[in-house]
Amino acid sequence: MIAEKEHIAGKETPSPGGNVLVIRNLFKSFGNNHVLADFNLEIQKGESVVVLGKSGSGKSVLIKCIIGLLEPDKGSIEMFGKNIPDLDEQELDEIRAKVGFLFQSNALYDSMTIRENLEFPLRRHWIEVSQDEVNTMVMEALEDVGLEHTVDMMPAELSGGMRKRIALARTLILKPEIILYDEPTTGLDPMTAKGIIELIVEIQKKYNTTSLVISHDMNCVRMASDRVVILVDGRCYASGTFDSLLKNPDPNVKQFFE
Amino acid sequence: MKVKLFLTEAGELSRFTGRFFKQWFRPRYEIAELMRQCYVIGYNSLPLVGLTAFIMGLVLTMQLRPSMVDYGVESQLPAIVGIAIIREIGPVITALIFAGKIGSSIGAELGSMKVTEQIDAMEVSGTNPFKYLVVTRVLAATLMLPVLVLLGDAISLYGSWLGVNIRSTTSFSLFWTQVIDNLSFSDVLPAFIKSYFFGFAVGIIGCYKGYTSSKGTEGVGRSANSAVVVSSVVIFVIDLLAVQVADALGLN
Repeated sequence: MIAEKEHIAGKETPSPGGNVLVIRNLFKSFGNNHVLADFNLEIQKGESVVVLGKSGSGKSVLIKCIIGLLEPDKGSIEMFGKNIPDLDEQELDEIRAKVGFLFQSNALYDSMTIRENLEFPLRRHWIEVSQDEVNTMVMEALEDVGLEHTVDMMPAELSGGMRKRIALARTLILKPEIILYDEPTTGLDPMTAKGIIELIVEIQKKYNTTSLVISHDMNCVRMASDRVVILVDGRCYASGTFDSLLKNPDPNVKQFFE
Repeated sequence: MKVKLFLTEAGELSRFTGRFFKQWFRPRYEIAELMRQCYVIGYNSLPLVGLTAFIMGLVLTMQLRPSMVDYGVESQLPAIVGIAIIREIGPVITALIFAGKIGSSIGAELGSMKVTEQIDAMEVSGTNPFKYLVVTRVLAATLMLPVLVLLGDAISLYGSWLGVNIRSTTSFSLFWTQVIDNLSFSDVLPAFIKSYFFGFAVGIIGCYKGYTSSKGTEGVGRSANSAVVVSSVVIFVIDLLAVQVADALGLN
């Protein structure tokens, strides 16, 4: 409870950018399993928030609700001033063009080359660009992740860490204002994971994007977060900087830092 | 319990089919992807369909020959084989081969896309995955199977002509004239129309099984397998219904 006060204190000094994402009273359940119960969260422009929670605590459900892949039972998710659950398909696509989503399993299209993978979101969002511009954008995005040489390879030819980087490049190609990361370091060895986290931080600085990271990897939480939100029993249990939560004596908070 | 499971599955499949009909004529039209699928589903199946059709025509002719000779109607061999191939064997064998090749590949492809979140990724990338993946594949399967059946029939008849010529000599033009003379409109049309339904069944069942794959790689295998089993059974059920409908319409 002490930690929640810290969160409220944070709200009193909004950044000039204002809130990009506001989640209020979000409920989502699957049968009798109440995954999210009265979840609240606000993210300001340029902020990097990490949602920390145990496996199965509803972290992935949360960001799938945010991007509109799952429909919440109750509550509002306002992104860029629009309530996601109320939008029709076309409006949702307009919002999605401004939001990047890095999938836990990378979700690269197996049947397409890296170039086609990166071109896919550009072509599908009705963005009018010439072939030359597309090529430049593809190469720029690949340069950002340091994998220009893989452009004509297939996803199956790449290692796990490289696939994660390519997935990040595909997210970056639309220059999103906010990027949602679903457990970006899961399944990677510690060294590769560290590289990915550094890349996330670097990209955030370079493009001044807002990030929401879902993770239970403490390294990732420490390095990538301006603010950490702890998800327990489907709600925002505590919130604050990594260091302040580290000192928090509450056993529900402490269990993550031991 | 099994009955309940069957009914649930049938209900879900019906709802999936309803979704297809609700979405297929609405923009945005995925023409480029439809063309690509027609190539993958139709053109790439041709060698397999051609080979099986050729063998069926040849074997059927050789198997029928002794009985025809016994009855003294050897000269009617092209006619009887032609009718058997055009009316029944051509469409059903082609559809079963098609179910084995295309049903399983659609089931496995969509299944693996589902479990590795590729379908979600498409949705996030401004694409309606149902239209892009399901509608294009089902339409391609529906449009391509009748074409494959026609080509398969022709190849099968060629095989049959070779079969006739193993023991006796018949010119191709005589063989062809005998086949065509004995075929009527009511032999060709119902067989052609039912192959559209076969194609649709293979497409929609493959897509349904893949699209609703449960988590994990085991689910992908199961989707591919049950796509083939269910669509093969459904092909026979449609065949059974088609013959009744054709009979009722006086086309038999």
